[in-house]
Amino acid sequence: MTAMSERLLSVQDLHTSFFTDAGEVQAVNGVSFDLDPGEILGIVGESGSGKSVTAYSIMQILADTGRITGGRVLFKGQDLSRWSEKQMLNFRGKSCSIIFQDPMTSLNPVFTIGAQLREAVVLHTERRGREADERVKELLELVGINEPEKRMKQYPFEHSGGMRQRVMIAMALACEPDILIADEPTTALDVTIQAQILELIQSLQKKMGMAVILVTHDLGVIADMCDNIIVMYGGRICERGNAREIFYNPKHEYTKGLLRSIPMVSNMKKKLVPISGTPINMLNLPQGCAFCPRCDAAMKICLTQKPEELVINQDHRAACWMNVKNAYEEATGA
Amino acid sequence: MSEPLVEVRNLKQYFPVKVGFGRTIPLKAVDDVSFTVNEGETLGLVGESGCGKTTAGRSLLRLYKPTAGEVLFRGEPVTDRNITHMRKQMQMVFQDPYSSLDPRMTVEDIIGEPLDVHHLCANRRERRERILELMSYVGLNAEHARRYAHEFSGGQRQRIGIARALAVDPKFIVCDEPVSALDVSIQAQVINMFEELQEKLGVAYLFIAHDLLVVHHISNRIAVMYLGKIVEIADSDELNAHPIHPYTESLLSAVPIPDPDVTRARQRIILEGDVPSPLHRPSGCPFRTRCRYATEQCAAECPSLTDRGGGHEVACWVK
Repeated sequence: MTAMSERLLSVQDLHTSFFTDAGEVQAVNGVSFDLDPGEILGIVGESGSGKSVTAYSIMQILADTGRITGGRVLFKGQDLSRWSEKQMLNFRGKSCSIIFQDPMTSLNPVFTIGAQLREAVVLHTERRGREADERVKELLELVGINEPEKRMKQYPFEHSGGMRQRVMIAMALACEPDILIADEPTTALDVTIQAQILELIQSLQKKMGMAVILVTHDLGVIADMCDNIIVMYGGRICERGNAREIFYNPKHEYTKGLLRSIPMVSNMKKKLVPISGTPINMLNLPQGCAFCPRCDAAMKICLTQKPEELVINQDHRAACWMNVKNAYEEATGA
Repeated sequence: MSEPLVEVRNLKQYFPVKVGFGRTIPLKAVDDVSFTVNEGETLGLVGESGCGKTTAGRSLLRLYKPTAGEVLFRGEPVTDRNITHMRKQMQMVFQDPYSSLDPRMTVEDIIGEPLDVHHLCANRRERRERILELMSYVGLNAEHARRYAHEFSGGQRQRIGIARALAVDPKFIVCDEPVSALDVSIQAQVINMFEELQEKLGVAYLFIAHDLLVVHHISNRIAVMYLGKIVEIADSDELNAHPIHPYTESLLSAVPIPDPDVTRARQRIILEGDVPSPLHRPSGCPFRTRCRYATEQCAAECPSLTDRGGGHEVACWVK
């Protein structure tokens, strides 16, 4: 096998489209990244940037109209697109689990918490009967739910939002997966509950050593949690790097704009600098750089040609023509 | 000291909740809340979902009939009788820009409706001019006037909602989570617009939100609510630098700051458990069940707001 097999997960030139009545929506356009065991990777972007669709494409849980139109997803060197649905069923849950944004709708209202957790345990492990129940109790304790025996017999509506998200996490961790995908796990929760859940994900990650892909629009959450960060816009990766590089040395105009437009301690009494224009229309993608129509520094080339990723340094890459221009000017001494 | 623009005194808003056959108990959504908003200032109102911040804003404008307490506008009590007149001075911007605009009305009619209700324009041309002026305030083009709300993005819809609130030239606007439904890059546009309109028109805001960074940015003063009560109220920088109430302290420490070095270095205070149901409020201080300093006195009696110097008011027995 090649060096690829060392990667836990490798997404290569992924394209995902949705075929709607209005036309083809290219939600993900050539996204590539690698994930190592034990890494926390953050994918940040606005609504419609393709961050969730990327996650769903890995799990192959797209809506009926959606299809992966190109690229590959390799899990431990094996191409997932060649796997049968049966193999995928095993992959989901056992190797890779996902928790969703809305803990209110991700649980089935007519089954008890215990029954839903037991289903995950029975489906993916050899445990049955009392053994499965024991495991359910263990899982609930793991995610910090008090009185698990009482809670097991209760229905989702008897739990608060934070509690339900804990149950979802317990379910995702039932088979100790290698990868946990968290799709906006705290967006529907209050700040103090969000802090609880983030702390929980962090401590479980340390304890179990799994890799985490954290999909969110909240730069604060990303700064808090992630080793490496991918910034997405219009279905493409603008910039990637470790947390300090992205926040302190952004090299893509979109990332720079985002960081200028959020209130921070440093700019509290100053005017915010918003990104002008409106969010991208995915039905009508620009020919060149996706961010070009809203970019203040846009040049002629940005209109017509997609920027390729440029290596800024070992921990940092960005796809912006500005970097090419700057590098050229530096080299020629202009 | 100058007279406050809006003064809320001991406002209570209870909702009856059925608990069994023919029995109801009151849900105390807002319980004895008092605050003032001065001319041209922004008071931020923060708290977690269910703490009563939206209800407080709505009953202030009598969108609900308050159970008790009074609201004074420039010293004059707001009552059911004069509310139509009062709404010329006090307006509201709603959270959800998708459900707060009538899908069957054009932008022109949405913004024009308050003008018609209050008979503010003498003729059609004046009305049209006023509408275009309002649209330019909020950064919409004249060509948008004949379109319907569904043709706009979330940020633009929120602009329409703001133009509607500004139509009657109010002195005070209750902004109920006006940016929380918007994308980060659009949030900044709308926040800036609120600030610019305040400079230009001198309007005061009650800015209700759960995003503490946004509230800190836009507000002069901030009030923190927990289970229907205001637990702390202070100047916005003062509150962020020196929170006194244990709830404010943990709330501020729980906000993830978009700065990796800062956010990873600081000590987070993680609160145990959930907010209690407002139907079964704890006795005494509402926060005592999650508070690490709670004493017997906290269970026995509810603390009231006391001034700790410089207008920094806190309701806590311990701190």
